[in-house]
Amino acid sequence: MSDVESAPVGDDTESTDRVTDRGSVALRVDALEKHYGGITAVDRASFTVDSGSLTGLIGPNGAGKSTTFDLITGFETPDEGAVYFGEDRITGLDPHEVAGKGLVRTFQIARELGEMTVMENLMLAPKGQSGEALWRSVTPGVRGSVKREEAALLDRAWEMLEFFEIDHLWDEYAQNLSGGQRKLLEMARALMTDPEMVLLDEPLAGVNPTLEKKLLDRIHELRQEGYTFLLVEHDMDVIMDHCEHIIVMHQGRVLAEGSAADIRADEQVIDAYLGEDV
Amino acid sequence: MTDRGPMDRLLANPSVGRLWDQDIVKVLAVFGAIYLGYVVIGMASGLTVQGIFATLVQLTLLIAIYAMLSLSLNLHWGYTGLFNIGIVGFMAVGAYTMLLVSKPAASVSQAALVGGFGLPFIVGAIAGTVAAALLGLVVALPALRLKADYLAITTIAMAEIIRFTFLSASFQEFQLFGRTVGTGGGRGLLVNFEDPITRYILDTEWFASVAESVSAAMGIEGTIQPALETLVISVVLLGVVAGFYWVFSRTGSSPFGRVLKAIREDETVARALGKNTDLFKIKSFMLGCGLMGLAGVFYAVFFLGSVNPTAFMPRFTFYIWIALIIGGAGSNTGSVLGAALFVGVLFQGPLYLKNAIASVTEITDAPDTIAGGVAALGQLDLAPLFAYTLDNISNFRIIALGLVLVWLMKRRQDGLLGHRKEHAASIPFDRRSGDAEEGTDR
Repeated sequence: MSDVESAPVGDDTESTDRVTDRGSVALRVDALEKHYGGITAVDRASFTVDSGSLTGLIGPNGAGKSTTFDLITGFETPDEGAVYFGEDRITGLDPHEVAGKGLVRTFQIARELGEMTVMENLMLAPKGQSGEALWRSVTPGVRGSVKREEAALLDRAWEMLEFFEIDHLWDEYAQNLSGGQRKLLEMARALMTDPEMVLLDEPLAGVNPTLEKKLLDRIHELRQEGYTFLLVEHDMDVIMDHCEHIIVMHQGRVLAEGSAADIRADEQVIDAYLGEDV
Repeated sequence: MTDRGPMDRLLANPSVGRLWDQDIVKVLAVFGAIYLGYVVIGMASGLTVQGIFATLVQLTLLIAIYAMLSLSLNLHWGYTGLFNIGIVGFMAVGAYTMLLVSKPAASVSQAALVGGFGLPFIVGAIAGTVAAALLGLVVALPALRLKADYLAITTIAMAEIIRFTFLSASFQEFQLFGRTVGTGGGRGLLVNFEDPITRYILDTEWFASVAESVSAAMGIEGTIQPALETLVISVVLLGVVAGFYWVFSRTGSSPFGRVLKAIREDETVARALGKNTDLFKIKSFMLGCGLMGLAGVFYAVFFLGSVNPTAFMPRFTFYIWIALIIGGAGSNTGSVLGAALFVGVLFQGPLYLKNAIASVTEITDAPDTIAGGVAALGQLDLAPLFAYTLDNISNFRIIALGLVLVWLMKRRQDGLLGHRKEHAASIPFDRRSGDAEEGTDR
């Protein structure tokens, strides 16, 4: 693990090509630690996520999964340890900087922007929109380029809505969507940032079986396109059936790592989490 | 709202509904209804034509000032969710800065008179706007990183600090670059210079002759010139309101405005999507504060004629809030409607009504306390209570404002237009860009 210390800290390796130029490891978490008062939420957790993989992160409640997500995405600052995204050390960056590098997340409880329409939710997401500069939105004469850019993004947004089959809801306030539809919207919105890697925090919680299958199909399709996914999920069947690599956390530590078969056979995991009958 | 009143039924009529969908129709209808109400009440109580006219132009002037402020507040609260309750502070800084820049040098004959740098009004107005925006930056830097309530506390505290600073003897008069300048303390500052409207329109012989012929044509005794002057100023200020509206509409209907809305809804999401929300909040706050400062400039020059710290009491801030809540936070058109309804009906309406009633019936022997009025109810005599109410109407209207606010919070949280969809984008969403016309450089 010591060799990663020399990784460059450069921050301008922006690229719209996915994954392939990141090398084989998309994300490396190195001995992360986070304490809240006397509680150790994350305890020297280390793992890696391969580029283009669908990796599962599981563990009982309070195992530190969501905190790990927060530490990776900059919503919390680790007390110790480091996070590398490709070659970049992203420890301690602000959430918007992490997202800017192409690492986006969704939230355990869907956080739709309620009093914005579905389409507004999607159109918010793309990075580097020139119309986000105040002067460009106001000054006469320069709005044409903003409009053309928006028209191109709108095409992508419509495609995304159709992909997730929620295009009929485009003009609905996001707060009027069902729980499952919100999950779809949240994922669609994350993908609109054109990320390299997506951290999905329980994307299937509260989603009915039909929709669940749809979502999983979508994730597999997107993987084919080169996206990397790290998935927190409680549904063990989903994790075992769909993830080629699984990380098990328990009491803030990484208990085991490996394929579904490895995890099923791991004594520690069975004791701590799975129980005998899996 | 399931109960359908006559208004709802009227709007259900397709042709009326289509007409009402036009924002300009809404604005004209509300302004028209207010003016009509004033005219009818004035005629019924036998006020003179020039009296009613003078009232209406003065009313328009005040509505224009309020509309500028409620539009600016709408950017803060309606779009970005920033809780600014220090509006008067930004107005005051705008007004005082403008006076510092544009007042002529202190004259030798009036030793106590505080002067300024004598630069053109337009320079002063720009300086006032910039100063208010910079004050916004100073307030925003520490406060915006904290939760919304802290911004609220910071802004109201700032507004009071500003007011007491302008009141303090220390800054009443001092030397700056060899000039005697200052805040004038409690006595304040006189607007003792000509603004461009006065210089280029109102003080011309051409305007005087127009005023004379209008007076003659209408058969009005004396001159109508002062009211016509106010009319010109009101029209110019309504033009400024249109300018504010234009700026805020464009700000709102853009990717920039979309990020502001996202911050209002859930800042964490905006950050998770890669938006540097601190920067957006600061820009939004500074723009709104700057234009509040500009509104303060207009308020000082065209409405007050002189400023002193009592013109910038905290309650003014809450008047603007009520105007915005009536109109509906989040809607620029609603902000203008709210300003008109607040000033026309709630704020000036009761005073006008009192004058109208007083001109019809002589109201004498109003009781000194409300107890006197209530006691007479025992003998089924309503007159004393009525007289008392009328006598104290400017206080009663403040109570009424509170009641209206409570009612709005319970029944109509979205105000008139607060909940309608105004897409934050520079293009319509409802068609693919293949069908959309090429973006024009508007």
